[in-house]
Amino acid sequence: MTSSNNFQWRRDRDGLGVWEHRGKVAVVGYGHSPVDRRWDGVNLDTSLGAYTIMACEKAMEQAGVTIDQVDGIVCCDSHIAGGSGGSASNWAPRPYFDPPYDSEYGITLINAQWLINAMGFKNVRFAPTGVPTIGEMMGMASQAVGDGVCNTCLVIYPTGNLEGRYRRGGENADDFARGARQWTVPWGNHGGNDFINIFPHNQYCLKYGGEHDDLAPFVINQHKNGMLTLWGFNYNHGIEPISVEDYKTSRYILNPLRIWDCDRPVNASAAYLFTTAERAQDMKSQPVYVLNHSQHNFRFRTTQPDLDEVEMWTDRQAARMYEGAGLGPADVDIFNPYDGYSIMTQFFLEGFQWHGVKRGDAFAFYAGDISVKGPHPFFSSGGNLGNGRTRSAMYTDSIEQLRGTAGDRQVTVRAETALCAFTTPSSGGWLMLGKYQS
Amino acid sequence: MPKVIPVPDELSQPFWDAVNERRLVLQNCAACDKLQYPPQAACQVCGSADGLEWKEVEGKGHVATYIVIEDGRLNRRMPDQPYNLALVTLDQDPTVNFYSNLPGVPAYQAPVGAAVELTFEEVAPGQLIHEWRVAQ
Ligand SMILES: [Zn+2]
Repeated sequence: MTSSNNFQWRRDRDGLGVWEHRGKVAVVGYGHSPVDRRWDGVNLDTSLGAYTIMACEKAMEQAGVTIDQVDGIVCCDSHIAGGSGGSASNWAPRPYFDPPYDSEYGITLINAQWLINAMGFKNVRFAPTGVPTIGEMMGMASQAVGDGVCNTCLVIYPTGNLEGRYRRGGENADDFARGARQWTVPWGNHGGNDFINIFPHNQYCLKYGGEHDDLAPFVINQHKNGMLTLWGFNYNHGIEPISVEDYKTSRYILNPLRIWDCDRPVNASAAYLFTTAERAQDMKSQPVYVLNHSQHNFRFRTTQPDLDEVEMWTDRQAARMYEGAGLGPADVDIFNPYDGYSIMTQFFLEGFQWHGVKRGDAFAFYAGDISVKGPHPFFSSGGNLGNGRTRSAMYTDSIEQLRGTAGDRQVTVRAETALCAFTTPSSGGWLMLGKYQS
Repeated sequence: MPKVIPVPDELSQPFWDAVNERRLVLQNCAACDKLQYPPQAACQVCGSADGLEWKEVEGKGHVATYIVIEDGRLNRRMPDQPYNLALVTLDQDPTVNFYSNLPGVPAYQAPVGAAVELTFEEVAPGQLIHEWRVAQ
């Protein structure tokens, strides 16, 4: 029942104009599983499959949508502890369990076909394979619903994490560097967004003044917002916000990158439900509307992206999003960019010029009042740093802020538009949401 | 400890052959007159594959910035931790950059902004890699 994704859904070029489906697609539900540090490899009630079913059921329940009404499933089929880790992310071959846990799918991986079988979806007509991460999936689903490829579409982002240190072993234990790794690994760069972004971050500090530890107030604010996010890892595990002193004395990973600059891998699943604005009127939840989506995958011009490239890339992301939504920086109330490493967030803040923050101004902005109750409630979700690496907090918080259901995290400023993302400076995607259709 | 050993492929073989002869050759697009590193199948500016040729460059650069790897994931380099990983720009075209461990420079003491010059380091019998050392 899976189908190809060969319709043109990406908005990944400059100058595409206002999105043709602006305000005509709505998000009507979301659901989160518990967020665990790791899966123990034994308990099927906490496997990625069980958690994904739970997340989907919550998203559908929120909107009052039944299994039979869902006709689209967009599910990322790679677990994020893997990817660039290659064989480093494989766990030992194992005996499987009874159906539906009789293969890797349902245990550490999820795809649309497994979900269709496990949950009994009968009317799915759009279930692409090879689906990208949540940063792009949200745009893919928006475009699919807008184009009429499907009407009621679940977006599912499972994030797996198993025992052992992240991406140790495998090709990182190899004596040889093959393919793209021949240009980085001989000198010690094994790849990842920590390496990609720490050099431009250092150049940022040199160019504009300031030092790495000026990130402390931002990181701590993420922790605080995480403690106001009732489904997240930090709240449920009592991870109290650190102090500036804790931050400044924490250990380095890639000096000056500290342990607290890195998000915490988790085992969890999240689901979102998209439909047309028209159908959303009959659903029991309050819709929020998609005003634009965009994707980007910029090519490195040489070995290591530098500050110039990163600033150009984030400028282009901002231009695409503002143009497609017909909005400007002053129109954006909620801003949830990405913080998988804290060192990349300032590039988005300044590129999008949220609350007037220009290039070189981010550290001064962080040092001011960025609390959710203040005048500049930056990154109200708490992001990955405040909730674990679910990569979904940015989306859920944006929906809740626009609905006015963010609880203790609800901002006191206007909350009618929201920008949210899972993205790095070089690749990923953005979503603009609105409380109103226009 | 030894560094991880690069494995040349069809595209990179001429590059590593030159390194093993202690020369640094980069792709250059004849049409654009633009240097390109790492090697790619086509020119990243004009998209042409035909105009790409190997061009020896002068081994002079500058340290743009650096980090110190304290907790990396490469088994082979763990005994070296902490060690410098510098970003070196090529003087001939500063949009081309390279990584370097800055041999001879103690960890945390890399001179940002300093001039560096090309050197080579044997990582396996007969296999060199290009490295950079602070210019005297
Ligand atoms: Zn060219």
